[in-house]
Amino acid sequence: MTDAIMNSKPDTAEIRRPSPGGERLKKRYAAERRFRLYGLCSILAAGLMLVFLVGSIVGTGWSAFLQTYVKLSITFDAEYLDPAGTGDPAQLQNADYGGLMKKNLRDNFPEVTGRSDKRKLYNFVSPNAGYVLRDMVIADPALVGKTLDLWVKASDDIDMLTKGYVDRTEAEDNRRVSNAELAWYDKLDNADRVETRFNTDFFVNADSREPEEAGILGAVTGSLLTLLITLLLSFPVGVMAAIYLEEFAPKNRWTDLIEVNINNLAAVPSIVFGLLGLAMFLNFFGFPRSAPLVGGMVLALMTLPTIIIAARSALKAVPPSIREAALGLGASPLQVVTHHVLPLAMPGILTGTIIGMAQALGETAPLLMIGMIAFIVDIPGGFTDPATVLPVQIYLWADSPERAFVERTSAAIMVLLAFLIFMNFVAVLLRRKFERRW
Amino acid sequence: MLKNSLLKAIPLALAGVVAVAAAAEARDQIRIVGSSTVFPFSTSVAETFGKTSGFKTPVVESTGSGGGLKLFCSGVGVQHPDITNASRRIKASEVETCAKNGVADVIEIKIGFDGIVIGNDKGAASFDLTKKQLFLALAAEVPVDGKIVKNPYNTWSDIDSSLPNQPIEVLGPPPTSGTRDAFVELVMREGAEEFPELKAMAKSDKKGFRKISDSMREDGKFIEAGENDNLIVQKLQANPNAMGIFGFSFLDQNSDKIKGANVLGVEPTFENIASGDYSVSRSLYFYVKKAHIGVVPGIEEYLAEFTSDKAIGDEGYLTDKGLIPLPAADRAKFREAATNKTNLVM
Repeated sequence: MTDAIMNSKPDTAEIRRPSPGGERLKKRYAAERRFRLYGLCSILAAGLMLVFLVGSIVGTGWSAFLQTYVKLSITFDAEYLDPAGTGDPAQLQNADYGGLMKKNLRDNFPEVTGRSDKRKLYNFVSPNAGYVLRDMVIADPALVGKTLDLWVKASDDIDMLTKGYVDRTEAEDNRRVSNAELAWYDKLDNADRVETRFNTDFFVNADSREPEEAGILGAVTGSLLTLLITLLLSFPVGVMAAIYLEEFAPKNRWTDLIEVNINNLAAVPSIVFGLLGLAMFLNFFGFPRSAPLVGGMVLALMTLPTIIIAARSALKAVPPSIREAALGLGASPLQVVTHHVLPLAMPGILTGTIIGMAQALGETAPLLMIGMIAFIVDIPGGFTDPATVLPVQIYLWADSPERAFVERTSAAIMVLLAFLIFMNFVAVLLRRKFERRW
Repeated sequence: MLKNSLLKAIPLALAGVVAVAAAAEARDQIRIVGSSTVFPFSTSVAETFGKTSGFKTPVVESTGSGGGLKLFCSGVGVQHPDITNASRRIKASEVETCAKNGVADVIEIKIGFDGIVIGNDKGAASFDLTKKQLFLALAAEVPVDGKIVKNPYNTWSDIDSSLPNQPIEVLGPPPTSGTRDAFVELVMREGAEEFPELKAMAKSDKKGFRKISDSMREDGKFIEAGENDNLIVQKLQANPNAMGIFGFSFLDQNSDKIKGANVLGVEPTFENIASGDYSVSRSLYFYVKKAHIGVVPGIEEYLAEFTSDKAIGDEGYLTDKGLIPLPAADRAKFREAATNKTNLVM
């Protein structure tokens, strides 16, 4: 038979054969190469944008991790602190530390006389320097009457000068630092009394209106508390809903309707959930404003559809043979789910949950309505304390006029990105741990 | 095991939610809402107050003047804010809403002025504008030869040959912003009234006049750049042809990069705004709910801190943040209102 085919000659219709080296083959190879090139180009473009984004954030933000200190000789003048010499802790607590700081600044720069120059001099160090002195005296009352060389935090303008953001060649009126301040700064600098240190306060303080005092811990704590509530509410509810819909619910018009609605909810703009939270949690249930509890509940509503959809597709991906085998060996439907299907679907469910959580971490719009876009100085200690979250902190700093907040905004973005990377890393770890092959 | 922990987690979470909801009744912390323009000043006072007074630091929310007054007027009780900031005076309609909801006694404190600046990049051409020119540059419809037509001007020199030959491109705040309200009121309406036909219209057909004076052009010459004034400042640096409308504190903090245009021949400086010579400025206020004094601790002390010379005086710490202080007599008047808890008089 093969012979017959081989011997039979095409007489009328010509058979189209692939011709190696022919035009058509070349074209196909070229198309293939072009396709790969396009793919490579888009990857490169995306990579470049990422590099640009991260580069510009790190480029502007890295200096926020440093803070300028100036060394001043500070006299803990008994006249200011404890004129009667009683050593009474209440007296030491309420003494005029602002005045003490000002007097010490005048003593350190005796050449300053004019009223407006003095005022500039008082702004040379952070307005919080006085409180630092207070804390020192309260910790050690024996300091009263002594003179020490102390490193004091410089004000934001001086900090910007050290970091090179102030152009000395500009006319005096056009820069934030006047000639007099430059002269004081240079005098200190020449005496090695200026240094930049790692800005630990950025990590241990909450928000402040003074850039040199502002920190991220309040927002980080708020974000953690909020996400904890979100996770506690949305993960169990979402997974249960997915299991019921996927494994137990009958397929009828009602479950179809529910499915359509869940898919729709996943696409609802997040501000809508904020309005819902305002109407339901605040106005109806009377929960406190600005609380991580309410924020977490609102974000849980927002995250639920994402988790349900991810969990359902993870459950769907478990091969039916596993369910059938378990049923065949006498497991009850609940045992099939909890012993076999759910553990196998867990990596997928966790991935979906973490994606949902990461979304919730970056959300500000729904929090606007429930009062979490706020200036909060105290680090929240519980779920009902007023709190704010990381993206809100970034927004508030980006909106502040002080120049020093620009670098802090970028630094806060870096912290937020670090958080996201950490969460994704956890997701990868969990997937590795739970992943099973069949 | 997984099942058990799942089943346990849900009622636990729900029980927790109910428990804290019940505990959230009393409040020992002042709550402030309101204008984003007053926000930087209010937060500064709140922080100082928290550090020096021994009371908890007040929570300050930036909701906008209108949103703040709405929350403020929604009732008496710890779930409602104690103080609201406003970059304009409370309206008669808002006083009515307040009264209807039981917020009858309100203390009004004026804290200072805020200038609105029309600025551009330091290296670009300098402007000396009148309100009429600004109206002609920015209104959607303008009178030409007695007829109201769609704004035909493309460059500043089209409006007045003394202005630079530079395309009109102005970045400004969106309608939700108090800065926009103030700009419309102080510049656009006054500029429109310089046309006799529009002035006549303002008397006879107020609605029609407002439609002309309050509508900004939408042909790409006026660009709504969002609430963030920092963003406008950055865009001005990138584009020397663009002008921007923003609060004075942003000019103050960025004087090495941008400059403000003179309006009616007056430069937007601290002194000129304080003296009232620079005409595009508005007053900033805050309002206090009298019923909450004594219920929420620290309100009286907060009022004392905010009205002290240490804060809003000529050399107070708020002037460092860009607040332009009131004349001394006005400060004394409002300090007295704060100590005597004088009711708001419209």
